[in-house]
Amino acid sequence: MQDWIKIGRVEDIPRLGARTVQTPKGDIAVFRTRDDEIFALHNRCPHKGGPLSEGIVSGRVVVCPLHSWTIDLETGEATAPDEGCTRPVDSRVADGQVWLKLEIAKKVAHG
Amino acid sequence: MNALPRQKLVVIGNGMAGMRTVEELLAIAPARYDITVFGAEPHPNYNRIMLSSVLAGEKQVDDIVINTREWYAENAIRLHTGDPVVAIDRAAKTVTSANGLVVPYDKLLLATGSKPLMPPLPGLDLPGVVAFRDIADVDKMLAAAEAKQRAVVIGGGLLGLEAAWGLKRRGMPVALVHLMPTLMERQLDVEAGGLLQKDLTERGLHFFTSGQTEEIMGADEGSARGVKLTDGREIPADLVVVAIGIRPNVDLAKASGLDINRGIEVGDDMATSDPAIYSVGECVEHRGQIFGLVAPIWEQAKVCASRLAGRDDLHYETPPLSTRLKITGIDVFSAGQLAAQDEADEELVYRDSAKGIYKKLVIRADRVVGAVMYGDVADGSWYFQLMREKADVAAIRDRMIFGQAYADTSCKGHGGGVNVAAMSDDTQVCGCNGVSKGAIVKAITEKGLTSLDEVKAHTKASASCGQCASVVQAILSHVTGEVVEAKAAGMCGCTDHSHDEVRKQILAQGLKTQDAVRSALGWRHADGCAKCRPALNYYLLCAWPSEYVDDYQSRFINERVHANIQKDGTYSVVPRMWGGLTTPSELRAIADVADKYEIPTVKVTGGQRIDLLGVKKEDLPAVWADLGRAGLISGHAYSKGLRTVKTCVGSEWCRFGTQDSTGLGVKLEKLMWGSWTPHKVKLAVSGCPRNCAEATIKDIGIVCVEAGYDISVGGNGGIELRGTDHLVRVATEEEVLEYSGAFMQIYREEARYLERTAPWVERVGMDYIKRRVVDDAEGRRAAFARFVFSQKYAQVDPWAERASGAVDAHEFETLAEVG
Repeated sequence: MQDWIKIGRVEDIPRLGARTVQTPKGDIAVFRTRDDEIFALHNRCPHKGGPLSEGIVSGRVVVCPLHSWTIDLETGEATAPDEGCTRPVDSRVADGQVWLKLEIAKKVAHG
Repeated sequence: MNALPRQKLVVIGNGMAGMRTVEELLAIAPARYDITVFGAEPHPNYNRIMLSSVLAGEKQVDDIVINTREWYAENAIRLHTGDPVVAIDRAAKTVTSANGLVVPYDKLLLATGSKPLMPPLPGLDLPGVVAFRDIADVDKMLAAAEAKQRAVVIGGGLLGLEAAWGLKRRGMPVALVHLMPTLMERQLDVEAGGLLQKDLTERGLHFFTSGQTEEIMGADEGSARGVKLTDGREIPADLVVVAIGIRPNVDLAKASGLDINRGIEVGDDMATSDPAIYSVGECVEHRGQIFGLVAPIWEQAKVCASRLAGRDDLHYETPPLSTRLKITGIDVFSAGQLAAQDEADEELVYRDSAKGIYKKLVIRADRVVGAVMYGDVADGSWYFQLMREKADVAAIRDRMIFGQAYADTSCKGHGGGVNVAAMSDDTQVCGCNGVSKGAIVKAITEKGLTSLDEVKAHTKASASCGQCASVVQAILSHVTGEVVEAKAAGMCGCTDHSHDEVRKQILAQGLKTQDAVRSALGWRHADGCAKCRPALNYYLLCAWPSEYVDDYQSRFINERVHANIQKDGTYSVVPRMWGGLTTPSELRAIADVADKYEIPTVKVTGGQRIDLLGVKKEDLPAVWADLGRAGLISGHAYSKGLRTVKTCVGSEWCRFGTQDSTGLGVKLEKLMWGSWTPHKVKLAVSGCPRNCAEATIKDIGIVCVEAGYDISVGGNGGIELRGTDHLVRVATEEEVLEYSGAFMQIYREEARYLERTAPWVERVGMDYIKRRVVDDAEGRRAAFARFVFSQKYAQVDPWAERASGAVDAHEFETLAEVG
């Protein structure tokens, strides 16, 4: 069962940055663009599993900190000539709160 | 299976031309011949063009081998190296080698290459006089360079200049004697030749142009000691390299009665006067012309292979030729006519002396018939293509000197303004390996290639000198329809401005934020990208140390969390140990931290510090807090900034130490810690010339001597090992600090982001550095003062800030835990 889960406020995530949400199935990286758009991806680069949450964000892409693959925040697709995709997670913002569509129920929330 | 018995092909000459012909032959008629190859040199087939890169230390001999012995074995070719053929019996159809092998042939291929041209000079046979022709010559030059002797190169053409630059790179003082008033006069006009000489002089080469050598002088013990010119000037030298040209090696062909003029005469089918004998390469003469460049020789190989394969459709025709010089950082291009021949010809000239850019096109009846370019050669292949295609340029004449991007506004191709769509299939893209556009397109579509490396691997295009890489990339983009990242002139895809231009504008326009830079200079993306943002952040920090606030999100992760990200997403932490010194209590604190946070690996780094590897990100603030209590601060082992100052024990303990190298190392580290720089910076101080701290491969290296301190700069042990260049000898520690600090500040202010001191020093030249840091005392003191000023704002321990919990706390905590 998938469910919408509230994970924090938009301003908890730095602009042009990311924070992570821990789940039993691995970390989710939640990104915030310059225009306060929110995107979420599984936090593993399709190349060698690098933590995308630590990459540099600009426009709607993030550059993996390990080997500089460029990943589209919306689709999770790597930019050519690299090939690969990291799974995106549905997200939405309501009243300044960020919600992710996740499989499990929320247990604890910080900050 | 093939019922026909194989014919016997013997190839004399194991060089580029002969083996290229064999490769072409194997591609079209793999089963036609039993092949035997004789080579005079003891090596397998190698890329002679790249010898200058071996000499300059950019490549190893192994890197330039084209076909390994395994390749010969796989193709069932019998290879006899170090065994030259000494006789051909055309009546019996056999060849005889120096070792006495007698091998019969049905078809014979002569690819004996050329010999160095030796002028009739007294002293030519002295020890210490070499040509620049094969691996053995390069070995002799390297041995001389090792002994740090002085070299004179005779000959200011391509070969001589590459020899001179290679020896200079190896640390020898080099003088070059050239008969003509300007360098490379056969490929460059006077203007471009002058710019070349100016650039190379600034890089420390000495020139004697219009210099005719009278004799090579010998010392009493018999080896060369110098060169004497006809005007009486004498130039001392321990090594004399004669590189004035080549002449076809026709000895064997002549002895066997073939028709010879300057070279072995061949027809359009590459056959000699004996129809069973073919010839290709530098040994041949075709329609009065002889050959020294590789492109026409590849064409010969193709024609010769098709004839050997029994076809008769191909005919050899000498293509137009272009020239480039293989000296890192010097861009020269020329093709066709160097100047107007008569009143019917016109010249278009663009000259920017300040930037060292010069372009000239020679136009005849609305066709390009020549191009000479210096400093900016990006459009060379385009002009060359227009020349080969005899294209009518009347419509673009008024814009074409500015390059293809301006001339052809309809071109929106990705790839530095090269219109690959309009390029014909037989346009040669890679001059080194003779690969056409058609061959590249075919490989991409048939094999589904997606990256430059794959194209390199499958076609060899751009696999040698790499100058055509951007065109290959553009073809790849064009064929696959994907925007493959291409090498642009600008900082990144966001702007066409160069790093230098952006730095200039930041100061000139007083730009103090990244947004201000991006909007003033017309960035294409509001955010910038992962390439330009860290660079802009640094440039602003350097320009306005007291005003600009570091932009956290424009930093690479290492500099955001002040630790080094490792392959598994954990971090490593290196506390600062001033000059490599530590104490029992610091070591205890480090041991306790390693135990407490279950840090799996503790290692001593190459810079004499202790590395704690495998720290979980969320543990970082607590690790820092514990280390901080013991007085340890960040070692900045992750930063584009000062990292370590390595030292030996010096006069305090060592029986050879001349000065207190450890104490000086501590002073330097206290002066420089915390500074942000274009790339990482490492220092070392050695207490005596035994150099135990390996100071001569550091960005700044100090070697203490009895008389004081030798400061040298621009070294690194990186991907391309580089020893330092000597800057100055000073008498006091205070002077060491001032000179080193000034050098550091000028590097901070003028190098491009991610450019280490080694390539920077090479780019601007040691003479420039000396002028700024040594000769200009006032400028040095001012630069040092600027460094000290900016350090006031930089020397803040980032670990203490973050351990306090007041800075970037969110970075180390997850946003939420779910499930």
